[in-house]
Amino acid sequence: MEWNFKEGLPIYSQIIEEMCRQIASGAYKPGDKLPSVRDMAADAGVNPNTMQRALAELERRGLVFTERTSGRFITKEEGNLKEVKKTLGMRYVAELFENLRKIGLSDDEIIKAVNEWKEGVK
Amino acid sequence: MSMIECNGLTKYYGRVRALNNVNLKIEKGQIVGLLGPNGSGKTTMIKLANGLLKPNGGEILIDGSKPGVKTKSVVAYLPDREFLPDYMSVEAIFKMYEDFFADFRRQKAEDMLSSLNIDPAMTLKKMSKGTKDKIQLILTMSREAKVYFLDEPIAGVDPAARDYILKTIISNYSEDAVVIISTHLIADVESILDDVVFIKDGEIVLHENADQIREEKGKSINGLFREVFRC
Repeated sequence: MEWNFKEGLPIYSQIIEEMCRQIASGAYKPGDKLPSVRDMAADAGVNPNTMQRALAELERRGLVFTERTSGRFITKEEGNLKEVKKTLGMRYVAELFENLRKIGLSDDEIIKAVNEWKEGVK
Repeated sequence: MSMIECNGLTKYYGRVRALNNVNLKIEKGQIVGLLGPNGSGKTTMIKLANGLLKPNGGEILIDGSKPGVKTKSVVAYLPDREFLPDYMSVEAIFKMYEDFFADFRRQKAEDMLSSLNIDPAMTLKKMSKGTKDKIQLILTMSREAKVYFLDEPIAGVDPAARDYILKTIISNYSEDAVVIISTHLIADVESILDDVVFIKDGEIVLHENADQIREEKGKSINGLFREVFRC
């Protein structure tokens, strides 16, 4: 996996976000076993404590779970997976609106543009 | 007890003050960046920690002891220059490390070496700078030390070698150890650091968690560094 971190944002939250994206897109599938914290940290080029903290937060959100002896896995809970997709979706929509409002489009115009784009793609 | 503790640590070279009243505590389980421009006192501090220099005032303690034979058995030190005789082969150096350090894990070193496709019979003289740097790092990280001092481990190597070096550091230090990385190449190392220590004209000007800095200031460590050390 290619990890790219933006400047000036906590790496901890960027790991969480990237993992959410990977889970939502299916790059990580429900029930997949995660590599060890250290391997994941080495792969991402980040501090192991930071990776550990991010995984603990993902666990708190119910996206990964730990089995005492065998390691960490991606959740199989449908509800939690749906929730991630929804949260990410809302974020992208918010970004879209923010960007288009910045260049002076009204909300109606944005929705119209979205529909036009959809028709065009068809 | 802190793994590294400096109390009023002061060092002069003649009349030139290199370190001034440094107070610092570093706990185990961390990778810490000792960051400052050239001449700020980074190497002086590391040399004091390794007993290569004596302080003019104050003290530095490693795992509770002043630098000496005892601390040297638990400190792995990567100097900022080539420190091995270049007529020696990698094999011979591994043997020497085995003799010198009880905590040297030869198997680990050999595993790392084979992943790099370096012939153990090759002498250092015949190697490129990047390869020599990797060998020195392998030797340092193959010890099961409590404290690792890495002085400018990525200076002057290409991006692929840099990634290799950083990965080697991440995969090989133990959670009971401390890794101190001194560098002015902040952007290259900042993602692997827990805490950062800024050192300026021999004084500590900042000691904070890296992610906290990004969170609170909305800046990269590199960005903050440029601001603090603007000429």
